[in-house]
Amino acid sequence: MTLSTPSSSPQPFIQLCNVDKFFGGFQALKDVSLDIQLGQKIVICGPSGSGKSTAIRCINRLEAHDAGTIAIDGVTIDDSAAARAVLRNNVGMVFQQFNLFPHLSILENLTLGPVRARGMAPAAARELAEYYLERVKIPEQINKFPTQLSGGQQQRVAIARALCMEPKIMLFDEPTSALDPEMIAEVLEVIEELAASGMTMICVTHEMGFAGHVADRMVFMDHGRIVEMAPPEQFFSAPESDRCKTFLQQILRN
Amino acid sequence: MFRSLFLIAIVSLLSGCSSGTWGWYVVDPSTPAGQRNLWFLIDGLYYTIALSVTAILISIFLGLIVALPGLARQRPPRMFNRVYVELVRAVPILVLILWVYYGLPQVADISISVFWAGVLALAISDSAFQAEIFRAGIQSIDRGQHEAAHSISLTYADKMRYVILPQAIKRILPALGNQLVYMLKMSSLVSVIGMEELTRRANELVVTEYRPLEIYTVLVLEYLVLILVVSAGVRWLELRLAANDTR
Repeated sequence: MTLSTPSSSPQPFIQLCNVDKFFGGFQALKDVSLDIQLGQKIVICGPSGSGKSTAIRCINRLEAHDAGTIAIDGVTIDDSAAARAVLRNNVGMVFQQFNLFPHLSILENLTLGPVRARGMAPAAARELAEYYLERVKIPEQINKFPTQLSGGQQQRVAIARALCMEPKIMLFDEPTSALDPEMIAEVLEVIEELAASGMTMICVTHEMGFAGHVADRMVFMDHGRIVEMAPPEQFFSAPESDRCKTFLQQILRN
Repeated sequence: MFRSLFLIAIVSLLSGCSSGTWGWYVVDPSTPAGQRNLWFLIDGLYYTIALSVTAILISIFLGLIVALPGLARQRPPRMFNRVYVELVRAVPILVLILWVYYGLPQVADISISVFWAGVLALAISDSAFQAEIFRAGIQSIDRGQHEAAHSISLTYADKMRYVILPQAIKRILPALGNQLVYMLKMSSLVSVIGMEELTRRANELVVTEYRPLEIYTVLVLEYLVLILVVSAGVRWLELRLAANDTR
């Protein structure tokens, strides 16, 4: 399918090209193509089961795609050591369910990756952890355990954990969907600040207000396909497809 | 120890008012001969514990080595896991003990001591069960933990060591405690190849003293006390670990 993507710079940092993904007989992604430049913020939305989570999970190889290519910084993402190195150095991820390590303290949650995967000295990793905890505004929780924190705090720790790997791209998979309503704002605020600092982001979310002022581009997916892709002003004011209109009506009504 | 003495006291009181088939003099701590016999019996504790603890450590290690291929995506490692578990589980412990002690030296041209033959047989036999326990424990850990470990680029070994196994072991601790108790009891079978542990000691004393009833009663109490102590230890460990976090 042909979709107009801003094709100003020659080499996009992340490039999805005709990606297909099957779960058994079910096709979760159909011919998905998407180019993302460094510094861009993409928000993916769509009804549940539309393939939006699968798309970002394929980018960091939590799922292996079945056809097409995904490349980050020019390196094809597959099971090779080169792909693992590119993912390690570039891509961080935040999950809907936080997925903090419950048996480790907040500090240990944050330093495990830097020390084990990046070979950082424990003291340096600790400094890094303190810095990012400061940025997500919970430096005082450093010695607690995940279950002692609120959902919003846990998600902010998860963001800090991903940042401690010092990635160039952050993937957010519905980061506020598992949160109580009163905690959504504190997490979105942290993500917005991160966006303002220039981080490249791909965010799957239903928070349309947030999407409106963070996204450079909105992507609407349905039944495994990218149906619509547009800057937020255009996306919200004049959606082209009927499916997108219906979806926006339903979600904005709440 | 108090508990066992207390039980002995009750049993002997009961026996006093019945037919008089009991002859506690054989392990009466107030006479020199009884004392000597009692110590002879209790002395077997050392080998029972040494056998069981060495065997359980090896079987945990073996079990983990066998469990991990069972969780692989590819078929061949999973087949290895299945075949090992099914084969080892099908051999009775007593048969394995006899085979390792009398058979293995002929096949492998090595001499093996009674102790290590016993340890090896017990460990191999138990490893199949340990493998199943580990597999279940690891599978019970939420998929999100694997994904989070992947997202911070941990290698498979680091993921297992720092993320998955610490949580899995906490969950399977009651089952591991069970296996230790089971091992302490099964170690009595090593007496058949001449290991001087609790059961062997009792058998030898019965042969010289002709008082099977009293001596085997003491043996039962020895195992009872040993296992109650181990159970209490496992429960203490569980509580201590549970205090850290709950999820």
